[in-house]
Order: sequence, then structure tokens, then C-alpha cells
Amino acid sequence: MTTVLKSTAVKRGGAPGRRHAVGWLYAAPTALFVLTLFIVPLVLVLQMSASDWPLLRGNQGWNFPDNFVEAFDHRLFWQAVGFTVLYAAIVTVLLLGLGLGLALLVQEATRWKSLLRTAILVPSALGLASAALLFYVLYSPQAGPFAWLMEATGTTFLGTPTGALFSTVFLMVWRFTGFYMLLMLVGLNGIPEEVYEAGRIDGASRWQNFRYITLPLLRPTIALCLVLSITGGLLAFEQFYILTAGGPDNSTMTVVQLIYGVAFRGQNDLGLAGALSVLALLALVAINAAQLRAFRRPKEEN
Amino acid sequence: MATARRNPLLTGVFLALTGVLGAVFLYPLVWTAITSFSPRPGTGQSEGWGIGNYTALAEFQAGLWTYLANSFIVSLITVALTLVVSILGGYAFARFRFRGRNVLFMATLAILMVPYATLLIPLYVILNSVGLQNSLLGVGLVLTMFQLPFSVFMMRISFESVPPELDEAALVDGCSTFSTLWRVLLPAVKPGIITVGLFAFLAAWNDFFAPLILLNDASRMTLPLAVANMRSQVMGVIDYGATSAGVVVLAVPCILLFLVLQRHYIRGFMSGAFKG
Repeated sequence: MTTVLKSTAVKRGGAPGRRHAVGWLYAAPTALFVLTLFIVPLVLVLQMSASDWPLLRGNQGWNFPDNFVEAFDHRLFWQAVGFTVLYAAIVTVLLLGLGLGLALLVQEATRWKSLLRTAILVPSALGLASAALLFYVLYSPQAGPFAWLMEATGTTFLGTPTGALFSTVFLMVWRFTGFYMLLMLVGLNGIPEEVYEAGRIDGASRWQNFRYITLPLLRPTIALCLVLSITGGLLAFEQFYILTAGGPDNSTMTVVQLIYGVAFRGQNDLGLAGALSVLALLALVAINAAQLRAFRRPKEEN
Repeated sequence: MATARRNPLLTGVFLALTGVLGAVFLYPLVWTAITSFSPRPGTGQSEGWGIGNYTALAEFQAGLWTYLANSFIVSLITVALTLVVSILGGYAFARFRFRGRNVLFMATLAILMVPYATLLIPLYVILNSVGLQNSLLGVGLVLTMFQLPFSVFMMRISFESVPPELDEAALVDGCSTFSTLWRVLLPAVKPGIITVGLFAFLAAWNDFFAPLILLNDASRMTLPLAVANMRSQVMGVIDYGATSAGVVVLAVPCILLFLVLQRHYIRGFMSGAFKG
């Protein structure tokens, strides 16, 4: 690609200095946005995390490492971390499993299957907040269609910690399965037919086809889905904010909800929220780097 | 499925099971649409079928029209800025070599790596300090920034897939780089533009977290925020009817766009797969 660009630059015959200037001119709006709305906030959140910074009074000066000590000592910190990891793991397993399973199911281009594909995809058109509001009504013990069930069993979907967790998981599966199915379909379409042909000639069974052809060749797609799903799960906010508000008894409090609460509801401590945000950022970068490395290594061996 | 096709009984079982599966995905949407018009005591539509819930929604606080207008303004700002920035940026990355090009591109993609909340808290402070607190423009700017990794990437690969001979010919004919972009390249990357615009609109229309943090005046709220707030407003009694109506108003544009532009939608997802 670089050689192509080089040759076009030469062919156009502009002085290299001028090409630089014109290139920068077109890139300037991007650079401006990245600098002012991404780099500067990133630096500021680092400063916040090391400063005494109440929401209303603003910066009161450095206090490193007080906010980080306070973050680890926060009474909900480890509980929120544990819950967030558990939730991310459950959602990831379900979304990847269902995504791949349904992709295999609807892969062929029959009319019925393309209808099915559309039905599974429609929920992913909704915003997450809209979907959460929809399920808030659907799960309601008064107005929901399952009110009779809740009355008969004497519990509510969102009333117990386990119920609240799995009700939210169901919402996420409903909203995101289509998205992961689509990514898997794209991956499946990228596997050349000849490979299966070769498998057929060698007398491979359907399971062997899946295990030894589909899965290995789907590896990059699965890696992408894993990164997206784990990242999304660890950063869960809207679904819990709207459905459970972290309840009952803070049992569904996620890390991002904790950050939001510390910053704007109650404690109003931007320094502590900044420290928690920096920790979340570091954890996310570490996890994604580890995942990418894990998925890259076997490829290099081949 | 080959066996299922041969055996009529298996075919029937397959159709029934997958039919149920499809119904599970469609049921919540259909149920909500019906509920929003159906009678329920304690809602805006207490007797008979009708649009009572929508009337209640229209009269909630600042009113449905205000929230709709706010959402449209934020979406419009986000789509317009995202298109302008990502078209110019994509053109720069695809067709020019300049110092810092790779660093800037990587920095743009790095936005994806940073949690939403990590950026929104300092952005709240920054927007306050420049007088953009409680401002729809501020929300639009922030949402544009969050759209840039996808959009700049998408426009870059769109421009790169156009043969360089096309714009070189125009440049040789004496067109400026800008008129080459405007007259020759833009028509060639139209599908990319539609995809970027569609995703920017959906992201802005549906976003909840950024308006939640950056807007606090009831009359400035966007529709998702207003509908979410509505649940806790009316004397502690939740108006499920109006909430359903709100969900319908939020969902209808998204579902229509999805059905009309399904091809572009899938294209957008696919570029996600390319990234991996």
C-alpha cells in the first residue's frame, strides 16, 4: 500500500513539501477532534485521578495516590469488579455460541432463512437504551405480559440478584445476537468452498468439517467477536442503569455504574471517579492486549 | 439441512423450531407496539384502544416535540460533522503522505480502546470550562469524536478502493485537490458515505450515556433520556403506557432505516470484521 501511495505522489509531481501541507490540511479536522476531545480529556483524567477534585468546587491540587487508595478501599469496588467480570463472561459465552450457531443455521440463501436472519437482526437496529426501556416494561410485574407468572411464583424478574442478572443477560442476548450472527456470517462467507470440497473428498463428517475446517478458519472472526463482546460486557452501563439501577442491594452494580455514581450521584468526587476510570482503562488495555496476543501466537507457529 | 429437506416430517420440525426462534426475537417489538395503543388503567389510555399514551408522552414535562427536536439537532450535528471530518480525513489518509500520518490514524483508532466513562468525565469538565455545558452542540461534538474511529477507517478504505488513476486524471487536467475530491471522488465513495452517515445517525439518535452526563436541563434532554426519566417522574407511579409509546417513537426510525438500508448496515458491520 505504501508503495502505491509513493508512486502516486511521484506521478502527481507535486513538491514533497507541498504534498505534506495539503495532506495535513485535509487531516486537520480529524487532528483537531482527536486532540481536543480525546487526547486532552485523556490527559485531564490522569490529572484528575491524582488530584483532589470535587464535582462542584473543581481542582483542589495534587493528592496522589489518595484517590487510588480510596478506589481500592471503596466498599463496592471489589463487588462491582466481580459482578462485571461474571456478567461479561456469561454474555460473551452466550453471544458467541448463539451467534455462531445461528450463523450456521441461517447460512444458506433460502427465502425462509433470509426471513429468519432479518427477524434475528431487527433488534440490533434498536438503541441499547431503547431496548432496555422496552424490557423494563416487558419485565414489569404490573404491566408486563409475564405478570401472571410473577404473581404465581411470588417473585419478580428484577427482584432478586440472580433474576436481575439473567433478565439483563436475556435483554443483551436479544439485542446483540443478530450482530454477532452477522459477524460470524461474514467470517463463514470468507471460507473458500474448495476447502470444504477437499474435506468432502477426504470423507470428513459434518462434525469433522466444523471442528477442523470451520473453527480454525473462523479464528480471526472469533477473536474479533471476543474482543468486542468482552469489552462491551466490562463496560456495561445503560442496560443496568435502566433495568435494575444496580439493584437489588447493589448486586448488579457494574464498574462503569460505580464510576458514574461516584462522579455525579452522591459522592460527587471527580478525583475518585477519575482514578476508577484510569483503572478501568488500564484493565481494558491489558485484557485486550492479552487476547490479541493469545490469538496471534498459534497463527505464527503455522 | 440436507436431511431436513428430504424428510417432510423433519422439515416441519425445522420450520416450527426456527419459527419459534424468529418469534422470540420479534415478540418484544410487536408486544410493545400493541401495548402502546392498548387500554390499561393508570396510563394515558385507560379505556379502549387509542393514542392516549402518545398524548401523555407529548405532554410530559417539556413535551415530546422538544425532546424530538433536541434529538434531531444532536443527530444532525453529529451526522454533518462526522461526514465532513471523516471524508476529509479519509481522503488525507488514503491519498496523501504527510508527517505524522500513521500516528494520527492510530490515535484516531485508539478512541475505540478507551472506555466511554473514562472520557466523558473529563469532557464534562472541559465542556463546562468553555461554556458548552448543557449544550446540544457539545453533545454533538463529543458524539462525533466517538464516531471517528469507525468513520475515518470506513472512508479511508472507501477512498483506497477507488483506482488512483481516476483522481490522477483529474489532477493532471488541472483540477485542484479539493475539486477532485468533490467532483470525482465523492460520487465514487457514495456507499461509504451512506454507511458512515447511517451509523452516525443511529449512534447519535440512540446515545444515552453522553447526554446523561453532559445535559442536565430538562428542556435540553434528548428523547432516550426523557423517556428513561419519565418512568420515575409521575408521583412514583410508573406510566408503563407512555414508556411503551416512547420506545415506539425511538425505535420506529431505527427499524425503518434498518429495513431500507440493510445492505449498508451489513457493509458497516463487515468493515468491523476487516479490522480484525
